Amino acid sequence: METYSLLREFADSWMLLLLFTVFVGMAFWVFRPGSRPLHRDTANMIFRNDERPAPAEEAEK
Amino acid sequence: METGTTDYLKLVVLGLVTLFAMVAASYAWDLAYQLHMVIFMVIGAGLFLVTVRGIDEPKAAIPQNEYFDSVVRAGVIATAFWGVVGFLVGVVIAFQLAYPGLNFEWADGYANFGRLRPLHTSAVIFAFGGNALIATSFFVVQRTSAARLWGGNLGWFVFWGYQLFIVLAATGYVLGGTQSKEYAEPEWYVDIWLTIVWVAYLACFLGTIVKRREPHIYVANWFFLAFIVTVALLHIMNNLSVPVSIWGSKSVQVFSGVQDAMVQWWYGHNAVGFFLTAGFLGMMYYFIPKQAERPVFSYKLSIIHFWALIFLYIWAGPHHLHYTALPDWASTLGMVFSIILWMPSWGGMINGLMTLQGAWDKLRTDPVLRMMVTSLAFYGMSTFEGPMMSIRSVNSLSHYTDWTIGHVHSGALGWNGLVTFGALYYLVPVLWKRERLYSLQLVSWHFWLATIGIVLYAASMWVTGIMEGLMWREVDANGFLVNSFADTVSAKFPMYVVRGLGGVMFLSGALIMCYNLWMTVRAAPAKDALPTAVPAE
Repeated sequence: METYSLLREFADSWMLLLLFTVFVGMAFWVFRPGSRPLHRDTANMIFRNDERPAPAEEAEK
Repeated sequence: METGTTDYLKLVVLGLVTLFAMVAASYAWDLAYQLHMVIFMVIGAGLFLVTVRGIDEPKAAIPQNEYFDSVVRAGVIATAFWGVVGFLVGVVIAFQLAYPGLNFEWADGYANFGRLRPLHTSAVIFAFGGNALIATSFFVVQRTSAARLWGGNLGWFVFWGYQLFIVLAATGYVLGGTQSKEYAEPEWYVDIWLTIVWVAYLACFLGTIVKRREPHIYVANWFFLAFIVTVALLHIMNNLSVPVSIWGSKSVQVFSGVQDAMVQWWYGHNAVGFFLTAGFLGMMYYFIPKQAERPVFSYKLSIIHFWALIFLYIWAGPHHLHYTALPDWASTLGMVFSIILWMPSWGGMINGLMTLQGAWDKLRTDPVLRMMVTSLAFYGMSTFEGPMMSIRSVNSLSHYTDWTIGHVHSGALGWNGLVTFGALYYLVPVLWKRERLYSLQLVSWHFWLATIGIVLYAASMWVTGIMEGLMWREVDANGFLVNSFADTVSAKFPMYVVRGLGGVMFLSGALIMCYNLWMTVRAAPAKDALPTAVPAE
Protein backbone atom coordinates (compact mmCIF):
# COMPACT_ATOMS: atom_id res chain seq x y z
CA MET A 1 0.00 0.00 0.00
CA GLU A 2 1.40 3.39 -0.85
CA THR A 3 2.14 5.84 1.92
CA TYR A 4 -0.69 8.21 1.08
CA SER A 5 -3.42 5.53 1.20
CA LEU A 6 -1.99 4.04 4.35
CA LEU A 7 -1.89 7.38 6.17
CA ARG A 8 -5.27 8.32 4.80
CA GLU A 9 -6.86 5.12 6.07
CA PHE A 10 -5.24 5.54 9.48
CA ALA A 11 -6.33 9.17 9.69
CA ASP A 12 -9.90 8.29 8.73
CA SER A 13 -10.23 5.57 11.34
CA TRP A 14 -8.06 5.20 14.42
CA MET A 15 -6.74 8.74 14.58
CA LEU A 16 -10.22 10.18 14.14
CA LEU A 17 -11.51 7.91 16.89
CA LEU A 18 -8.64 8.81 19.18
CA LEU A 19 -9.00 12.57 18.76
CA PHE A 20 -12.76 12.39 19.15
CA THR A 21 -12.46 10.31 22.31
CA VAL A 22 -9.88 12.66 23.79
CA PHE A 23 -12.13 15.61 23.10
CA VAL A 24 -15.28 14.02 24.55
CA GLY A 25 -13.26 12.72 27.50
CA MET A 26 -12.01 16.24 28.16
CA ALA A 27 -15.56 17.59 28.18
CA PHE A 28 -16.62 14.98 30.74
CA TRP A 29 -13.48 15.58 32.82
CA VAL A 30 -14.30 19.29 33.09
CA PHE A 31 -17.70 18.47 34.63
CA ARG A 32 -16.38 15.80 37.01
CA PRO A 33 -17.75 15.98 40.56
CA GLY A 34 -15.64 18.15 42.81
CA SER A 35 -14.28 20.34 40.03
CA ARG A 36 -16.37 23.33 41.02
CA PRO A 37 -14.32 24.62 44.00
CA LEU A 38 -11.12 23.97 42.08
CA HIS A 39 -12.33 25.98 39.10
CA ARG A 40 -13.58 28.76 41.33
CA ASP A 41 -10.17 28.98 42.96
CA THR A 42 -8.40 28.95 39.60
CA ALA A 43 -10.61 31.64 38.12
CA ASN A 44 -9.75 33.88 41.08
CA MET A 45 -6.03 33.19 40.89
CA ILE A 46 -5.50 36.30 38.75
CA PHE A 47 -6.34 38.48 41.74
CA ARG A 48 -3.43 37.09 43.78
CA ASN A 49 0.31 37.78 43.50
CA ASP A 50 -0.13 41.00 41.58
CA GLU A 51 2.91 42.78 42.94
CA ARG A 52 5.56 40.10 43.42
CA PRO A 53 6.15 36.34 43.12
CA ALA A 54 4.91 34.08 45.89
CA PRO A 55 7.61 33.44 48.52
CA ALA A 56 9.57 30.24 47.91
CA GLU A 57 8.60 28.43 51.13
CA GLU A 58 4.96 28.44 50.14
CA ALA A 59 5.76 26.51 47.00
CA GLU A 60 6.17 23.26 48.88
CA LYS A 61 2.72 23.05 50.42
CA MET B 1 32.76 30.95 38.08
CA GLU B 2 30.01 29.77 35.79
CA THR B 3 29.03 33.18 34.40
CA GLY B 4 32.66 33.75 33.40
CA THR B 5 32.70 30.67 31.17
CA THR B 6 29.41 31.70 29.55
CA ASP B 7 30.94 35.06 28.75
CA TYR B 8 33.88 33.47 26.97
CA LEU B 9 31.53 31.18 25.06
CA LYS B 10 29.45 34.22 24.13
CA LEU B 11 32.57 35.96 22.82
CA VAL B 12 33.42 32.99 20.60
CA VAL B 13 29.89 32.84 19.17
CA LEU B 14 29.66 36.60 18.62
CA GLY B 15 33.11 36.68 17.04
CA LEU B 16 32.21 33.89 14.61
CA VAL B 17 28.88 35.52 13.74
CA THR B 18 30.57 38.86 13.07
CA LEU B 19 33.27 37.24 10.97
CA PHE B 20 30.76 35.25 8.93
CA ALA B 21 28.56 38.33 8.43
CA MET B 22 31.59 40.29 7.18
CA VAL B 23 32.46 37.63 4.62
CA ALA B 24 28.82 37.24 3.61
CA ALA B 25 28.33 40.99 3.20
CA SER B 26 31.22 41.16 0.77
CA TYR B 27 30.20 38.06 -1.22
CA ALA B 28 26.48 39.05 -1.22
CA TRP B 29 24.50 38.37 -4.39
CA ASP B 30 21.72 40.86 -3.72
CA LEU B 31 21.12 44.10 -1.86
CA ALA B 32 18.66 42.76 0.76
CA TYR B 33 21.10 40.03 1.80
CA GLN B 34 24.01 42.46 1.85
CA LEU B 35 22.19 44.96 4.06
CA HIS B 36 21.11 42.20 6.44
CA MET B 37 24.62 40.86 6.75
CA VAL B 38 25.89 44.37 7.52
CA ILE B 39 23.20 44.61 10.23
CA PHE B 40 24.29 41.23 11.66
CA MET B 41 27.91 42.37 11.54
CA VAL B 42 27.28 45.66 13.34
CA ILE B 43 25.13 44.05 16.04
CA GLY B 44 27.55 41.14 16.47
CA ALA B 45 30.56 43.44 16.77
CA GLY B 46 28.74 45.79 19.13
CA LEU B 47 27.70 42.98 21.45
CA PHE B 48 31.24 41.56 21.27
CA LEU B 49 32.67 44.86 22.51
CA VAL B 50 30.10 45.14 25.29
CA THR B 51 30.85 41.59 26.41
CA VAL B 52 34.61 42.19 26.33
CA ARG B 53 34.28 45.31 28.43
CA GLY B 54 32.15 43.53 31.01
CA ILE B 55 34.18 40.33 31.19
CA ASP B 56 35.09 39.04 34.65
CA GLU B 57 33.17 41.95 36.16
CA PRO B 58 30.79 41.01 38.96
CA LYS B 59 27.27 40.51 37.58
CA ALA B 60 24.22 41.87 39.35
CA ALA B 61 22.19 39.00 40.79
CA ILE B 62 18.70 38.54 39.37
CA PRO B 63 16.13 39.26 42.10
CA GLN B 64 13.89 36.20 42.29
CA ASN B 65 11.38 37.98 44.53
CA GLU B 66 10.46 40.46 41.81
CA TYR B 67 8.71 40.08 38.50
CA PHE B 68 10.73 40.62 35.32
CA ASP B 69 8.75 43.69 34.26
CA SER B 70 11.41 45.71 32.45
CA VAL B 71 11.08 43.48 29.39
CA VAL B 72 7.29 43.85 29.51
CA ARG B 73 7.65 47.64 29.62
CA ALA B 74 9.90 47.49 26.57
CA GLY B 75 7.31 45.28 24.89
CA VAL B 76 4.57 47.81 25.61
CA ILE B 77 6.62 50.60 24.02
CA ALA B 78 7.45 48.42 21.02
CA THR B 79 3.79 47.47 20.58
CA ALA B 80 2.68 51.11 20.52
CA PHE B 81 5.54 52.10 18.20
CA TRP B 82 5.06 49.30 15.65
CA GLY B 83 1.31 49.75 15.84
CA VAL B 84 1.59 53.35 14.66
CA VAL B 85 4.11 52.38 11.96
CA GLY B 86 1.91 49.55 10.70
CA PHE B 87 -1.30 51.63 10.69
CA LEU B 88 0.52 54.46 8.91
CA VAL B 89 1.77 52.17 6.13
CA GLY B 90 -1.79 50.80 5.92
CA VAL B 91 -3.19 54.27 5.41
CA VAL B 92 -0.56 55.00 2.76
CA ILE B 93 -1.34 51.88 0.74
CA ALA B 94 -5.09 52.44 1.11
CA PHE B 95 -4.65 55.81 -0.60
CA GLN B 96 -2.26 54.29 -3.14
CA LEU B 97 -5.13 52.05 -4.22
CA ALA B 98 -7.54 54.99 -4.42
CA TYR B 99 -5.03 57.33 -6.11
CA PRO B 100 -2.49 55.27 -8.11
CA GLY B 101 -0.43 58.44 -8.61
CA LEU B 102 0.83 57.93 -5.06
CA ASN B 103 2.95 55.08 -6.39
CA PHE B 104 5.66 57.65 -7.10
CA GLU B 105 7.93 56.98 -10.00
CA TRP B 106 11.06 57.97 -8.07
CA ALA B 107 10.24 55.37 -5.43
CA ASP B 108 9.34 52.67 -7.92
CA GLY B 109 10.63 49.27 -6.88
CA TYR B 110 10.84 50.32 -3.23
CA ALA B 111 7.71 52.08 -2.08
CA ASN B 112 5.05 51.07 -4.58
CA PHE B 113 1.94 49.17 -3.41
CA GLY B 114 3.41 45.74 -4.12
CA ARG B 115 6.41 46.39 -1.87
CA LEU B 116 4.54 48.21 0.90
CA ARG B 117 1.61 45.81 1.21
CA PRO B 118 3.60 42.99 2.88
CA LEU B 119 5.31 45.66 4.97
CA HIS B 120 1.89 46.71 6.26
CA THR B 121 0.59 43.18 6.92
CA SER B 122 3.77 42.08 8.68
CA ALA B 123 4.05 45.31 10.64
CA VAL B 124 0.55 45.03 12.05
CA ILE B 125 0.40 41.25 12.51
CA PHE B 126 3.92 40.35 13.55
CA ALA B 127 5.37 43.63 14.82
CA PHE B 128 2.31 45.14 16.56
CA GLY B 129 0.46 41.89 17.31
CA GLY B 130 3.60 39.87 18.00
CA ASN B 131 5.07 42.38 20.43
CA ALA B 132 1.70 42.67 22.14
CA LEU B 133 1.56 38.89 22.51
CA ILE B 134 5.12 38.55 23.80
CA ALA B 135 4.70 41.41 26.28
CA THR B 136 1.29 40.34 27.60
CA SER B 137 2.23 36.65 27.74
CA PHE B 138 5.34 37.50 29.79
CA PHE B 139 3.22 39.66 32.07
CA VAL B 140 0.40 37.14 32.46
CA VAL B 141 2.51 34.01 32.87
CA GLN B 142 4.48 35.60 35.71
CA ARG B 143 1.41 36.82 37.59
CA THR B 144 -0.58 33.62 37.18
CA SER B 145 2.42 31.43 38.02
CA ALA B 146 3.44 33.68 40.93
CA ALA B 147 7.02 33.27 39.73
CA ARG B 148 9.64 35.37 37.96
CA LEU B 149 10.13 34.71 34.27
CA TRP B 150 12.39 31.69 33.74
CA GLY B 151 15.76 32.01 32.08
CA GLY B 152 17.41 35.02 33.69
CA ASN B 153 17.91 37.57 30.94
CA LEU B 154 16.68 35.27 28.18
CA GLY B 155 13.53 37.42 28.05
CA TRP B 156 15.70 40.29 26.76
CA PHE B 157 17.09 38.05 24.05
CA VAL B 158 13.54 37.19 22.99
CA PHE B 159 12.54 40.85 22.91
CA TRP B 160 15.55 42.20 21.01
CA GLY B 161 15.80 39.13 18.81
CA TYR B 162 12.20 39.64 17.78
CA GLN B 163 12.80 43.33 17.00
CA LEU B 164 15.74 42.28 14.84
CA PHE B 165 13.47 39.83 13.02
CA ILE B 166 11.02 42.66 12.34
CA VAL B 167 13.73 44.97 11.00
CA LEU B 168 15.15 42.21 8.78
CA ALA B 169 11.69 41.35 7.45
CA ALA B 170 10.70 44.97 6.78
CA THR B 171 13.91 46.01 5.06
CA GLY B 172 13.90 42.77 3.10
CA TYR B 173 10.43 43.44 1.67
CA VAL B 174 11.32 46.95 0.53
CA LEU B 175 14.50 45.69 -1.15
CA GLY B 176 12.75 42.71 -2.72
CA GLY B 177 14.09 39.91 -0.52
CA THR B 178 10.90 37.87 -0.16
CA GLN B 179 9.83 34.31 -0.90
CA SER B 180 6.35 35.44 -2.06
CA LYS B 181 4.37 33.46 0.49
CA GLU B 182 1.61 35.54 2.01
CA TYR B 183 2.27 36.35 5.70
CA ALA B 184 5.45 34.25 5.45
CA GLU B 185 7.44 36.53 3.16
CA PRO B 186 10.81 36.61 4.96
CA GLU B 187 13.59 34.65 3.29
CA TRP B 188 15.40 31.59 4.64
CA TYR B 189 17.99 33.16 6.96
CA VAL B 190 15.38 35.46 8.53
CA ASP B 191 13.21 32.36 9.07
CA ILE B 192 16.10 30.59 10.80
CA TRP B 193 16.66 33.61 13.03
CA LEU B 194 12.97 33.70 13.98
CA THR B 195 13.09 29.99 14.80
CA ILE B 196 15.96 30.57 17.24
CA VAL B 197 14.14 33.47 18.90
CA TRP B 198 10.92 31.49 19.07
CA VAL B 199 12.56 28.51 20.77
CA ALA B 200 13.94 30.92 23.39
CA TYR B 201 10.46 32.37 23.79
CA LEU B 202 8.97 28.92 24.31
CA ALA B 203 11.70 28.11 26.84
CA CYS B 204 11.01 31.31 28.85
CA PHE B 205 7.28 30.69 28.85
CA LEU B 206 7.34 26.98 29.56
CA GLY B 207 10.12 27.34 32.15
CA THR B 208 7.98 29.83 34.08
CA ILE B 209 5.00 27.47 33.98
CA VAL B 210 7.17 24.59 35.22
CA LYS B 211 8.41 26.58 38.24
CA ARG B 212 4.98 28.05 39.00
CA ARG B 213 3.79 28.40 42.58
CA GLU B 214 0.12 28.06 41.78
CA PRO B 215 -1.29 24.54 41.57
CA HIS B 216 -3.26 25.07 38.38
CA ILE B 217 -2.23 26.55 35.01
CA TYR B 218 -4.57 29.47 34.36
CA VAL B 219 -6.52 29.22 31.09
CA ALA B 220 -4.81 32.28 29.55
CA ASN B 221 -1.52 30.39 29.70
CA TRP B 222 -3.04 27.45 27.85
CA PHE B 223 -4.01 29.76 25.02
CA PHE B 224 -0.59 31.45 24.99
CA LEU B 225 1.15 28.08 25.01
CA ALA B 226 -0.98 26.76 22.15
CA PHE B 227 -0.11 29.93 20.24
CA ILE B 228 3.64 29.58 20.81
CA VAL B 229 3.82 25.84 20.03
CA THR B 230 1.57 25.93 16.98
CA VAL B 231 3.23 28.98 15.45
CA ALA B 232 6.60 27.21 15.79
CA LEU B 233 5.21 24.18 13.97
CA LEU B 234 3.53 26.24 11.25
CA HIS B 235 6.56 28.45 10.74
CA ILE B 236 8.93 25.53 10.23
CA MET B 237 6.61 23.54 7.94
CA ASN B 238 5.75 26.48 5.70
CA ASN B 239 9.33 27.67 5.39
CA LEU B 240 10.97 24.43 4.29
CA SER B 241 13.12 25.84 1.55
CA VAL B 242 16.57 25.35 0.05
CA PRO B 243 18.70 28.46 -0.40
CA VAL B 244 20.08 28.88 -3.90
CA SER B 245 23.34 30.03 -2.35
CA ILE B 246 24.52 30.70 1.16
CA TRP B 247 25.56 34.16 -0.10
CA GLY B 248 22.13 35.23 -1.35
CA SER B 249 18.59 35.69 -0.09
CA LYS B 250 16.85 33.63 -2.81
CA SER B 251 15.53 30.20 -1.88
CA VAL B 252 13.40 27.49 -3.47
CA GLN B 253 10.43 25.89 -1.72
CA VAL B 254 10.55 22.17 -1.01
CA PHE B 255 6.84 21.71 -1.76
CA SER B 256 5.43 22.69 -5.12
CA GLY B 257 2.07 23.07 -6.84
CA VAL B 258 -1.07 22.18 -4.95
CA GLN B 259 0.86 20.73 -2.00
CA ASP B 260 2.62 24.06 -1.61
CA ALA B 261 -0.71 25.89 -1.78
CA MET B 262 -2.19 23.61 0.87
CA VAL B 263 0.77 23.99 3.22
CA GLN B 264 0.70 27.75 2.65
CA TRP B 265 -2.96 28.06 3.64
CA TRP B 266 -2.67 25.55 6.43
CA TYR B 267 -0.04 28.00 7.68
CA GLY B 268 -1.96 31.12 6.69
CA HIS B 269 -5.23 30.21 8.30
CA ASN B 270 -3.61 28.94 11.45
CA ALA B 271 -1.61 32.14 11.67
CA VAL B 272 -5.08 33.68 12.01
CA GLY B 273 -6.27 30.88 14.30
CA PHE B 274 -3.35 30.63 16.66
CA PHE B 275 -1.52 33.95 16.36
CA LEU B 276 -4.47 36.32 16.03
CA THR B 277 -7.06 34.22 17.86
CA ALA B 278 -5.60 31.85 20.46
CA GLY B 279 -2.88 34.27 21.56
CA PHE B 280 -5.27 37.20 21.84
CA LEU B 281 -7.82 35.04 23.64
CA GLY B 282 -5.08 34.49 26.22
CA MET B 283 -4.99 38.27 26.58
CA MET B 284 -8.77 38.40 26.77
CA TYR B 285 -9.00 35.79 29.55
CA TYR B 286 -6.63 37.78 31.73
CA PHE B 287 -7.27 41.45 31.02
CA ILE B 288 -11.08 41.47 30.82
CA PRO B 289 -11.53 39.81 34.23
CA LYS B 290 -8.85 42.08 35.68
CA GLN B 291 -10.38 45.25 34.28
CA ALA B 292 -13.90 44.18 35.29
CA GLU B 293 -12.52 43.08 38.68
CA ARG B 294 -14.40 39.81 38.64
CA PRO B 295 -13.41 36.27 37.66
CA VAL B 296 -14.24 34.88 34.25
CA PHE B 297 -17.92 33.92 33.84
CA SER B 298 -17.38 30.17 33.55
CA TYR B 299 -14.04 28.53 34.00
CA LYS B 300 -15.46 25.23 32.72
CA LEU B 301 -16.56 26.92 29.52
CA SER B 302 -13.10 28.42 29.11
CA ILE B 303 -11.51 24.96 29.20
CA ILE B 304 -13.98 23.60 26.66
CA HIS B 305 -13.47 26.75 24.58
CA PHE B 306 -9.74 26.12 24.53
CA TRP B 307 -9.81 22.47 23.50
CA ALA B 308 -12.60 22.95 20.97
CA LEU B 309 -10.83 25.87 19.37
CA ILE B 310 -7.48 24.14 18.96
CA PHE B 311 -9.05 20.83 17.86
CA LEU B 312 -11.05 22.56 15.13
CA TYR B 313 -8.97 25.49 13.89
CA ILE B 314 -6.10 23.41 12.56
CA TRP B 315 -8.39 21.92 9.86
CA ALA B 316 -9.94 25.10 8.49
CA GLY B 317 -7.15 26.15 6.08
CA PRO B 318 -8.45 24.52 2.85
CA HIS B 319 -11.38 26.97 2.70
CA HIS B 320 -8.87 29.41 1.18
CA LEU B 321 -8.58 27.09 -1.83
CA HIS B 322 -12.14 26.59 -3.07
CA TYR B 323 -12.39 26.04 -6.82
CA THR B 324 -8.68 25.32 -7.22
CA ALA B 325 -6.62 22.21 -7.99
CA LEU B 326 -7.16 21.12 -4.39
CA PRO B 327 -9.43 18.02 -4.26
CA ASP B 328 -13.04 18.78 -3.42
CA TRP B 329 -13.05 16.57 -0.33
CA ALA B 330 -10.23 18.63 1.16
CA SER B 331 -11.90 21.98 0.60
CA THR B 332 -15.20 20.55 1.89
CA LEU B 333 -13.37 19.38 5.01
CA GLY B 334 -12.00 22.88 5.52
CA MET B 335 -15.43 24.39 5.00
CA VAL B 336 -17.16 22.03 7.46
CA PHE B 337 -14.58 22.63 10.17
CA SER B 338 -14.81 26.39 9.60
CA ILE B 339 -18.53 26.25 10.21
CA ILE B 340 -18.20 24.10 13.33
CA LEU B 341 -15.71 26.67 14.60
CA TRP B 342 -18.61 29.03 15.04
CA MET B 343 -19.44 27.26 18.31
CA PRO B 344 -16.17 27.61 20.24
CA SER B 345 -15.74 31.15 18.89
CA TRP B 346 -19.09 32.28 20.13
CA GLY B 347 -18.72 30.24 23.31
CA GLY B 348 -15.57 32.18 24.05
CA MET B 349 -17.15 35.49 23.17
CA ILE B 350 -20.13 34.80 25.43
CA ASN B 351 -17.79 33.74 28.21
CA GLY B 352 -15.92 37.03 27.93
CA LEU B 353 -19.04 39.16 27.71
CA MET B 354 -20.80 37.40 30.58
CA THR B 355 -17.80 38.11 32.78
CA LEU B 356 -19.38 41.53 33.08
CA GLN B 357 -22.51 40.03 34.59
CA GLY B 358 -23.39 42.22 37.56
CA ALA B 359 -20.85 44.82 36.49
CA TRP B 360 -22.38 46.13 33.28
CA ASP B 361 -22.63 49.59 34.83
CA LYS B 362 -18.83 49.79 34.60
CA LEU B 363 -19.19 50.22 30.86
CA ARG B 364 -20.62 53.65 31.48
CA THR B 365 -17.67 54.85 33.50
CA ASP B 366 -14.74 52.83 32.21
CA PRO B 367 -13.81 53.42 28.55
CA VAL B 368 -11.01 50.85 28.78
CA LEU B 369 -13.50 48.11 29.62
CA ARG B 370 -15.75 49.44 26.88
CA MET B 371 -12.89 48.99 24.45
CA MET B 372 -12.33 45.40 25.54
CA VAL B 373 -16.02 44.55 25.29
CA THR B 374 -16.26 46.11 21.84
CA SER B 375 -13.29 44.01 20.79
CA LEU B 376 -15.30 40.92 21.78
CA ALA B 377 -18.25 42.17 19.77
CA PHE B 378 -15.98 42.49 16.72
CA TYR B 379 -14.58 39.03 17.50
CA GLY B 380 -18.10 37.66 17.43
CA MET B 381 -18.91 39.51 14.24
CA SER B 382 -15.86 38.39 12.31
CA THR B 383 -16.12 34.79 13.55
CA PHE B 384 -19.67 34.80 12.26
CA GLU B 385 -18.67 36.31 8.94
CA GLY B 386 -15.66 34.03 8.43
CA PRO B 387 -17.49 30.68 8.54
CA MET B 388 -20.17 32.14 6.29
CA MET B 389 -17.55 33.20 3.75
CA SER B 390 -15.95 29.75 3.88
CA ILE B 391 -19.12 28.16 2.47
CA ARG B 392 -18.27 27.28 -1.11
CA SER B 393 -21.17 29.09 -2.77
CA VAL B 394 -20.67 32.26 -0.73
CA ASN B 395 -16.96 32.02 -1.41
CA SER B 396 -17.56 31.97 -5.16
CA LEU B 397 -18.88 35.50 -4.75
CA SER B 398 -16.56 36.78 -2.04
CA HIS B 399 -13.23 35.26 -3.00
CA TYR B 400 -10.62 37.63 -4.51
CA THR B 401 -12.88 40.62 -3.72
CA ASP B 402 -12.53 43.39 -1.15
CA TRP B 403 -15.06 41.63 1.05
CA THR B 404 -12.19 39.44 2.24
CA ILE B 405 -10.14 42.54 3.06
CA GLY B 406 -13.07 43.99 5.01
CA HIS B 407 -13.52 40.73 6.92
CA VAL B 408 -9.85 40.58 7.85
CA HIS B 409 -9.87 44.18 9.07
CA SER B 410 -13.01 43.88 11.17
CA GLY B 411 -11.19 41.03 12.89
CA ALA B 412 -7.74 42.60 12.99
CA LEU B 413 -8.67 46.21 13.81
CA GLY B 414 -11.78 45.39 15.82
CA TRP B 415 -10.74 42.32 17.74
CA ASN B 416 -6.92 42.31 17.83
CA GLY B 417 -6.52 46.07 17.77
CA LEU B 418 -9.06 47.00 20.42
CA VAL B 419 -8.19 44.18 22.82
CA THR B 420 -4.52 45.15 22.54
CA PHE B 421 -5.30 48.83 23.18
CA GLY B 422 -7.34 47.76 26.21
CA ALA B 423 -4.43 45.68 27.49
CA LEU B 424 -2.00 48.58 26.96
CA TYR B 425 -4.28 50.93 28.89
CA TYR B 426 -4.37 48.39 31.70
CA LEU B 427 -0.63 47.66 31.63
CA VAL B 428 0.93 51.12 31.55
CA PRO B 429 -0.31 52.34 34.96
CA VAL B 430 0.54 48.94 36.49
CA LEU B 431 4.02 48.66 34.97
CA TRP B 432 5.05 52.25 35.62
CA LYS B 433 3.35 52.25 39.04
CA ARG B 434 0.92 55.08 38.35
CA GLU B 435 -2.31 55.52 40.19
CA ARG B 436 -4.37 55.84 37.02
CA LEU B 437 -4.29 56.78 33.36
CA TYR B 438 -3.54 60.38 32.44
CA SER B 439 -6.92 60.97 30.84
CA LEU B 440 -10.01 58.78 30.49
CA GLN B 441 -11.51 61.33 28.14
CA LEU B 442 -8.71 60.71 25.67
CA VAL B 443 -9.42 56.98 25.95
CA SER B 444 -13.01 57.75 24.97
CA TRP B 445 -11.77 59.73 22.00
CA HIS B 446 -9.57 56.83 20.98
CA PHE B 447 -12.46 54.42 21.42
CA TRP B 448 -14.85 56.34 19.20
CA LEU B 449 -12.28 57.21 16.54
CA ALA B 450 -11.21 53.57 16.32
CA THR B 451 -14.75 52.17 16.34
CA ILE B 452 -16.11 54.57 13.72
CA GLY B 453 -12.95 54.05 11.67
CA ILE B 454 -13.50 50.28 11.68
CA VAL B 455 -17.17 50.64 10.78
CA LEU B 456 -16.27 52.88 7.82
CA TYR B 457 -13.62 50.42 6.77
CA ALA B 458 -15.75 47.28 7.03
CA ALA B 459 -18.88 48.82 5.52
CA SER B 460 -17.09 50.27 2.49
CA MET B 461 -15.37 46.94 1.87
CA TRP B 462 -18.67 45.04 2.07
CA VAL B 463 -20.15 47.34 -0.53
CA THR B 464 -17.20 47.30 -2.86
CA GLY B 465 -16.54 43.58 -2.37
CA ILE B 466 -20.05 42.42 -3.14
CA MET B 467 -20.32 44.93 -5.97
CA GLU B 468 -17.14 43.74 -7.64
CA GLY B 469 -18.07 40.08 -7.10
CA LEU B 470 -21.40 40.68 -8.83
CA MET B 471 -19.78 42.70 -11.63
CA TRP B 472 -17.26 39.93 -12.34
CA ARG B 473 -19.95 37.30 -12.77
CA GLU B 474 -22.44 39.44 -14.72
CA VAL B 475 -23.09 38.05 -18.22
CA ASP B 476 -25.30 39.40 -21.00
CA ALA B 477 -27.98 37.53 -22.95
CA ASN B 478 -25.35 35.98 -25.21
CA GLY B 479 -23.28 34.72 -22.30
CA PHE B 480 -20.50 37.31 -22.63
CA LEU B 481 -19.05 39.03 -19.57
CA VAL B 482 -20.49 42.52 -19.21
CA ASN B 483 -17.68 44.20 -17.27
CA SER B 484 -13.97 44.38 -17.79
CA PHE B 485 -11.66 44.29 -14.80
CA ALA B 486 -10.92 47.99 -15.19
CA ASP B 487 -14.68 48.74 -14.91
CA THR B 488 -14.71 47.24 -11.41
CA VAL B 489 -11.61 49.23 -10.46
CA SER B 490 -13.16 52.56 -11.40
CA ALA B 491 -16.48 51.64 -9.78
CA LYS B 492 -14.67 51.03 -6.49
CA PHE B 493 -13.08 54.49 -6.24
CA PRO B 494 -15.50 56.17 -3.76
CA MET B 495 -15.38 53.19 -1.40
CA TYR B 496 -11.60 53.23 -1.50
CA VAL B 497 -11.60 56.83 -0.33
CA VAL B 498 -14.01 55.98 2.51
CA ARG B 499 -11.79 53.05 3.51
CA GLY B 500 -8.74 55.33 3.54
CA LEU B 501 -10.57 57.80 5.79
CA GLY B 502 -11.55 54.98 8.14
CA GLY B 503 -7.86 54.12 8.32
CA VAL B 504 -6.94 57.73 9.08
CA MET B 505 -9.43 57.73 11.99
CA PHE B 506 -8.03 54.47 13.35
CA LEU B 507 -4.48 55.84 13.08
CA SER B 508 -5.37 59.11 14.82
CA GLY B 509 -6.94 57.10 17.65
CA ALA B 510 -3.69 55.19 18.05
CA LEU B 511 -1.70 58.45 18.12
CA ILE B 512 -3.99 59.78 20.84
CA MET B 513 -3.34 56.56 22.77
CA CYS B 514 0.43 57.05 22.48
CA TYR B 515 0.13 60.60 23.81
CA ASN B 516 -2.11 59.44 26.65
CA LEU B 517 0.22 56.59 27.64
CA TRP B 518 3.24 58.88 27.44
CA MET B 519 1.57 61.44 29.69
CA THR B 520 0.51 58.65 32.06
CA VAL B 521 4.16 57.80 32.60
CA ARG B 522 5.24 61.44 32.72
CA ALA B 523 2.46 63.21 34.55
CA ALA B 524 0.02 60.88 36.29
CA PRO B 525 0.45 60.68 40.06
CA ALA B 526 2.70 57.86 41.24
CA LYS B 527 1.18 55.02 43.17
CA ASP B 528 2.04 54.93 46.87
CA ALA B 529 5.11 52.82 47.44
CA LEU B 530 4.37 49.33 48.65
CA PRO B 531 4.76 48.62 52.32
CA THR B 532 8.07 46.79 52.66
CA ALA B 533 6.63 43.78 54.46
CA VAL B 534 3.86 42.17 52.46
CA PRO B 535 1.82 39.80 54.63
CA ALA B 536 1.50 36.33 53.15
CA GLU B 537 -2.04 35.53 52.10
